[in-house]
Amino acid sequence: MSQLTATRALLSGNEAIARGAWEAGVIVATGYPGTPSTEILEAARAYKKDIYCEWSPNEKVALEVAAGASLAGARAIVTMKHVGLNVAADPLMTLSYIGTVGGLVICVADDPGMHSSQNEQDTRHYARFAKIPILEPSDSQEAMDFMALALEISEAHSTPVILRSTTRVSHSSGAVTLGERRVVAGGSGFQKNPQRFVPIPLNARPMRVRVEERTAALAEAANTTTVNRIEWADRGLGIIAEGIAYQYVKELAPDASVLKIGWVWPFPDELFRAFAAGVRRLLVVEELDDILEEHVRSLGIACEGRRPGPWGARVAVPGIGELSSDRLAPVLGRESLAASTERSANGKDLPARPPVLCPACPHRGIFFALGKFDVIVTGDIGCYSLGVFPPLKRIDTVLCMGAGVSMAHGMQVAESMRETREEKTRKIVGMVGDSTFFHSGITGLLDISYNKGAAVIIVVDNRTTAMTGHQEHPGTGRTLMGEQTISASIEDFGRACGLKNISTVDPYDLKETTETLRRALNSNEPWLIISRSPCPLYTKKSVGPARQVNQELCRMCKLCLRLGCPAIEYVNDEIHVNEMLCGGCALCEKVCKDDAFEIARGACNE
Amino acid sequence: MSETTSIVLVGVGGQGILLATQIIARAAIVNGHDVKTNEVHGMAQRGGSVVAQVRYGEHVYSPLVPEGTAQVLASLERIEALRFAGYLAPDGLAVVSSQAIIPVTVSSGQAAYPADAEDRLRAAFKRLAYFDAIGAAERLCDSRVANVILLGALSTALLLSQECWSEAIAQCVKPAYREINARAFEEGKRLVEPARSSIA
Repeated sequence: MSQLTATRALLSGNEAIARGAWEAGVIVATGYPGTPSTEILEAARAYKKDIYCEWSPNEKVALEVAAGASLAGARAIVTMKHVGLNVAADPLMTLSYIGTVGGLVICVADDPGMHSSQNEQDTRHYARFAKIPILEPSDSQEAMDFMALALEISEAHSTPVILRSTTRVSHSSGAVTLGERRVVAGGSGFQKNPQRFVPIPLNARPMRVRVEERTAALAEAANTTTVNRIEWADRGLGIIAEGIAYQYVKELAPDASVLKIGWVWPFPDELFRAFAAGVRRLLVVEELDDILEEHVRSLGIACEGRRPGPWGARVAVPGIGELSSDRLAPVLGRESLAASTERSANGKDLPARPPVLCPACPHRGIFFALGKFDVIVTGDIGCYSLGVFPPLKRIDTVLCMGAGVSMAHGMQVAESMRETREEKTRKIVGMVGDSTFFHSGITGLLDISYNKGAAVIIVVDNRTTAMTGHQEHPGTGRTLMGEQTISASIEDFGRACGLKNISTVDPYDLKETTETLRRALNSNEPWLIISRSPCPLYTKKSVGPARQVNQELCRMCKLCLRLGCPAIEYVNDEIHVNEMLCGGCALCEKVCKDDAFEIARGACNE
Repeated sequence: MSETTSIVLVGVGGQGILLATQIIARAAIVNGHDVKTNEVHGMAQRGGSVVAQVRYGEHVYSPLVPEGTAQVLASLERIEALRFAGYLAPDGLAVVSSQAIIPVTVSSGQAAYPADAEDRLRAAFKRLAYFDAIGAAERLCDSRVANVILLGALSTALLLSQECWSEAIAQCVKPAYREINARAFEEGKRLVEPARSSIA
């Protein structure tokens, strides 16, 4: 029955969102990479014959581009991870007033459990904050179907719509029934109407009123939509569940009645009331914040979930981290099978295996060189965040995209004011990746230059957006559509910001890199250092031939272990190179004082 | 829930776990099942522990495998099998490649790599197929097919026909690599035979 055919495919949630956009006649898709959202736009690119796709420099730009397309009558989507919506929050809040012409869907992927993120903010707050509807699918089929619905809501009510996914929906795959692309009328072009599109206060005040009228109409629609539905079963327990939590609930409590919420805000109050009236005990199961639960309580309906209800104790639904059927089992009075296995004992005291910089990663060179200086490093978001781990330990702070640059300035100002009272202060180094520099680093650099700062900013330029899986950006010379384009120069940006000291180094050349750092750190002026070498994972080429250790020469000084290279293994009091992992960057050879590293026998010199 | 078959694949980022997951999912779909999978992307892929899951059956709700319920746990690294041992059902089959990848936490002296990994594996798993998938792959002249060798081995514990597997492999690998992958799959089935006879 479920053979893969031309109309049935195995799609991840992200691929299904892209497919849904294509089928629904979307013609513009923009975004900025961010786990777990990245693959939406990469999948949309497969339809580039019909959809214009772009990686924008950041999420704010991406949303503004999509908004422009919408006002010109086109159906458009924009993709980002949850924290990306913070960057795009400025256009979001006012676009809510202006509304849309062509359907506009903002695809936001949250990351409960922080698999690959710095926080676990709940995007549903943004929907209520901006007063725009939010839909949340619970599997790949819904991810595709909800896209079409979101576009219809957007056009019917002239509002941007958020399609919220989570890591588990985005990165799970399931069978999806495919359809054809529908050609949507529109593209009539932009029709001038300042009262509608120019929110100067005179126009914005009536817009503000219309937002409330729209919200009332949307709330009515949310009560009757098919994506909010009651599945009556045993009336003893009723469970309100949304998103992936619905799947866990169905697996754990197949006999309970369920109110499945797919359209979260404006809340379907009538459904909440009808469902509550039909069950004896009401439980709310939602991932991250207790938004539904608090609202249900505010309607005067007794329920339990994060907090207990009037029916006595129940294990609380966890509010921190990702939910799972294992974590929900005790809430629903089911015993987890995990406790019955005694296997875990054999898994005790295993060495941790955190993510690390890859073998031959060019960032390792700059981190190792930085290790020679007593400096504070304000880091940023990207692979180089991994420089925080021992043995490198050369990242001292991380905040958000671009903060590596701006925080370095603030810290340097504060340190320099301390200098008048104390003898020695440490120099501040800001570190930012190439894609992150274009995203949010330029304004910070301009600030340093304009306000006479003295921080040393290092752009670790590996010629790609590496952490999210190698996406193009304004410096790579290629677009998401696969076309050649300009390659924006980081050095030129530095010069345009007014910096006088700009150096480009090869991070595999430890001597040059260290010397450049020394000059920069001894200076009282701001410096921009570009540490440039392509990500070997992206180029798919070894930097050089694999190395091995000549045990007769190795005197076990263990200096090479300070590189934190996964290919250099220290076991049974011997150091070896795992030649299958080695990428031939030769940093080990350069740090070794005993010349113990040599080209491996049989290694082909590519 | 008992009708849902669950498979957990573990290893270290970059070992080809995701391709193996895709092949199982497609084999199950070809066999007429509903399927869900889940994978890890992003930061966790950078040389860290990686876990991927496949579930199939009449109707699959959750993409996550509850602990203690997987029919098969397959690992491309010996201690990763121990790390995720809790997923396997008491009578499930563990398929483990003997490869050891030393974590940086060990090389930098913060932790030790267990010397008794094999003993622990034998204590943890009643049904264990333990072999060198990389060595076997190299004998086939392509170390990259270790993941498909693992698939061949774990296929012996699942009720999916050979036709389903062949079709799934054909869907997932380029024509030029189909033959080597088919041979790798057969090799995996052969390698698990001793473990199967020992439990019989």
